[in-house]
Amino acid sequence: MDISVNRESLEAMRVFDLATMPLRELNSALHAIAPGTNDTNFEVVNPRGSHAVAVGIDQPVSVDVRGSVGYYCAGMNDGGTVTVHGSAGPGVAENMMSGTVVIEGDASQYAGATGRGGLLVIKGNAASRCGISMKGIDIVVHGSIGHMSAFMGQSGHLVVLGDAGDALGDSLYEAKLFVRGEVKSLGADCIEKELRPEHLEKLAELLEKAGVKDVKPTEFKRYGSARKLYNFNIDNAEAY
Amino acid sequence: MSYHNPYTPPRKSATFDDYTLAEIRRAAATGIYDIRGAGTKRKVPHFDDLLFLGASISRYPLEGYREKCDTTVILGSRFAKKPITLKTPITIAGMSFGALSGNAKEALGRGATIAGTSTTTGDGGMTDEERGHSQTLVYQYLPSRYGMNPKDLRRADAIEVVVGQGAKPGGGGMLLGQKISDRVANMRNLPKGIDQRSACRHPDWTGPDDLEIKILELREITDWEKPIYVKVGGARPYYDTALAVKAGADVVVLDGMQGGTAATQDVFIENVGMPTLACIRPAVQALQDLGMHRKVQLIISGGVRSGADVAKALALGADAVAIGTAALVAIGDNDPHWEEEYQKLGTTAGAYDDWHEGKDPAGITTQDPELMKRLDPIAAGRRLANYLKVMTLEAQTIARACGKNHLHNLEPEDLVALTLEASAMAQVPLAGTNWIPGKGGF
Repeated sequence: MDISVNRESLEAMRVFDLATMPLRELNSALHAIAPGTNDTNFEVVNPRGSHAVAVGIDQPVSVDVRGSVGYYCAGMNDGGTVTVHGSAGPGVAENMMSGTVVIEGDASQYAGATGRGGLLVIKGNAASRCGISMKGIDIVVHGSIGHMSAFMGQSGHLVVLGDAGDALGDSLYEAKLFVRGEVKSLGADCIEKELRPEHLEKLAELLEKAGVKDVKPTEFKRYGSARKLYNFNIDNAEAY
Repeated sequence: MSYHNPYTPPRKSATFDDYTLAEIRRAAATGIYDIRGAGTKRKVPHFDDLLFLGASISRYPLEGYREKCDTTVILGSRFAKKPITLKTPITIAGMSFGALSGNAKEALGRGATIAGTSTTTGDGGMTDEERGHSQTLVYQYLPSRYGMNPKDLRRADAIEVVVGQGAKPGGGGMLLGQKISDRVANMRNLPKGIDQRSACRHPDWTGPDDLEIKILELREITDWEKPIYVKVGGARPYYDTALAVKAGADVVVLDGMQGGTAATQDVFIENVGMPTLACIRPAVQALQDLGMHRKVQLIISGGVRSGADVAKALALGADAVAIGTAALVAIGDNDPHWEEEYQKLGTTAGAYDDWHEGKDPAGITTQDPELMKRLDPIAAGRRLANYLKVMTLEAQTIARACGKNHLHNLEPEDLVALTLEASAMAQVPLAGTNWIPGKGGF
């Protein structure tokens, strides 16, 4: 893993060492950024699994976190670019509004939970419930994802280059799921669907944005909602 | 010899009463359980089963209209940089835009603002109308996260992490398709006309240790300014209160089974959770055991209807109360004015609880544009303000009679119970005795 600092940008970069500075100082500085300012590059060193790192960003800042983080890194990100040069704990980029979050390592449970926009890229694997209740976010996982991913997913795209665990897309609404590898099982009301030209186009766009090379959109299968559980019907009770 | 059998009146079963029989037939005919709004309709031990003693030779009263009896309450003083101050300890509970019409939400905001108290969003996000009309607005952070966004978090005055509610501890919700207008659908990122499930668990945390980190995240996002409430249903009040305090809550909101819901199964409402009266003392005990009573504030809800109920909840140790159903009634819900239309819906004013169907004649629990127009938010807000003021005056009247110059000075010693059940639950003596069941060895 490359954890070296880009020397050219060092002068303009504000460095926060979480071994010596409280978390509050980092998040407070990120929130104090005025619209239009040039001083937008931040680096966080020694995160040592800290929770709530770089949460509530609401300006187009860039944050490089050198190491692994705990829960809710980049939570509610709205316009920032956060790169974790390590792995992320549960709920990374939860409820993201816009912007980009990149995890160079693996992500724990609930990655991108309830996200409403922006792009979450996980270069390793993601654990269970990746994209739970997603509401518009795009998530690209280079590796595999765990069980119950995209549970109750409402909208947005989940792209998985590896495999998906049990009950993918359970109780899915309108989120679109693309998996290149094996799907262990599909959840209630989730079915395989036709991969149409507009999906191939969207996949190509997301793969490019996520820095994925040598993988063709045609290698994926698409999964979506059968829409049979959209309005309650007692005869469907066994499905739950 | 002829024998004449004397007349014996037909006898109906107490177990299989008329309502039970009708329910069995309804289930058999429809194949689905009954969904409805509001809280429990069964009779449970309640504030009615408590009485204040008032002043006597050993306790002197305060003069009504002359000697001050303060009603101010400060919420969120533990950690928040900006705690909120209310003129009255009666707040408006969380109710969603979606379940309620925009006019109804506006009326709640207007009424609460006139009375100097807070109102609360619900499962559907914050609307500009309710933010604009609510001087103090609590923003609910719910499992569904419908409409959740950081801008609204920052423009809220407090944040309420909802773990459960009294009508259905452990249950989620369902907003049925017929109430999903374009606007409601848009706020919830879902297509129009489909049933919208509100999850029963949060998507990104489980348990008290996660909750502590979730609260940290919310505080960091909002720069530690906002009071953070944790709302729980009346299930395990001692432990839930202790765990909420441990997780870092500024305020614990505890909702008993009389607390209303927009919609859930009748079987859930009637059979899960504890009465409000049974919840208060264990919660207060947890705060006292942790040395946090009055430092972490306790808001009690579920069946609060009058200033007497307010005074009783506070005497048992709560810092404030919240009202939901009573506030809806104040703005016009179940008003006999619409009796003819209630009859057409197969019900009667006072019993209408099909709030999920969106056909509310009073224009409150609906998204139908024509029905919504029936509620004038300004007049309805005024009615709510009047009601809140009356309740506050009533609570003050009782507190003065007990010699208290602040509602928070009311105490369990001011109370007696009329029934053994209420005595045991409220842990105040049965009237005329010094006996509290479960205390003193028997």
